[in-house]
Amino acid sequence: MIANQFLVLAAALFSLGVYGLLVRRNIVLILLSVELMLNAVNINLVAFEAVLNTPQALGQVFAIFVITIAAAEVGVGLAIVLLIFRNRRSANVDELNLMRW
Amino acid sequence: MTFADWIAEPVNWAFLAIGLAVLVCSFRVVTTNNVVHAALYLVGALAGSAGLFLLLSAEFVAWTLVLVYIGAVVVLFLFGIMITRAPTGADEGLDGDHKVWPALLSLALFVTISWGTIDAFGTDPITTTGDPTVTEILGESLLGRFVIPFEIVGFVLLAALIGGITIARRDLTPVEEEERVSV
Repeated sequence: MIANQFLVLAAALFSLGVYGLLVRRNIVLILLSVELMLNAVNINLVAFEAVLNTPQALGQVFAIFVITIAAAEVGVGLAIVLLIFRNRRSANVDELNLMRW
Repeated sequence: MTFADWIAEPVNWAFLAIGLAVLVCSFRVVTTNNVVHAALYLVGALAGSAGLFLLLSAEFVAWTLVLVYIGAVVVLFLFGIMITRAPTGADEGLDGDHKVWPALLSLALFVTISWGTIDAFGTDPITTTGDPTVTEILGESLLGRFVIPFEIVGFVLLAALIGGITIARRDLTPVEEEERVSV
């Protein structure tokens, strides 16, 4: 195994996440795309750890931090989506024009 | 290292199979017309990533990914979908009108990142021995050198929990508030 096969795969996942983020209208699907991007970063961190073999397993520690923050992000994000849906009866980003004039 | 040498290692067959599955699932996540299917394809993509972590001998991270993402985050997503979209069938209105420019942009991003990594890391071999990383090392790092970030992350989780409850809770109307006080 070489490092690049994992890094290129992670780059592909990240790009797919960016595509979904830009194309989707539904907020829940946008959050799903963000999860894809965070997961690509995790693959990168663990692959670098496998290359460097640090004595403290630093890459894996940071991957665990990323997973934790992603879980917190989803919780708050979905709560906001819920509130928006309750007020606007819609979960599409292009219909949210409350702060636009 | 030629491609023939690379493909001769059995572990790379596993990588190819899992990597292809992850790519296909991720592609379906961003292209499918059904919200529930998108969440379920995300399960496939995350399970495949956990398999990649196992290949990289990061067992603890792999099972954490399975527990936290597939066990909790995807369930949360499914709840979010059920609450915000009562009819969960196929829907043509999930995507915006512009698709060409985002596709070009993400393709350019992919080419840039992979060119950068290939340029910088070439054929650096993965030197892991194949044995799983001892979880004791992870625990010692988390509660030793990284104890302050660890505590901060715990605090962030608590704040996110309370924030989520506060945001999603329905506020009582003034009339309901009055009734509650009078009772």
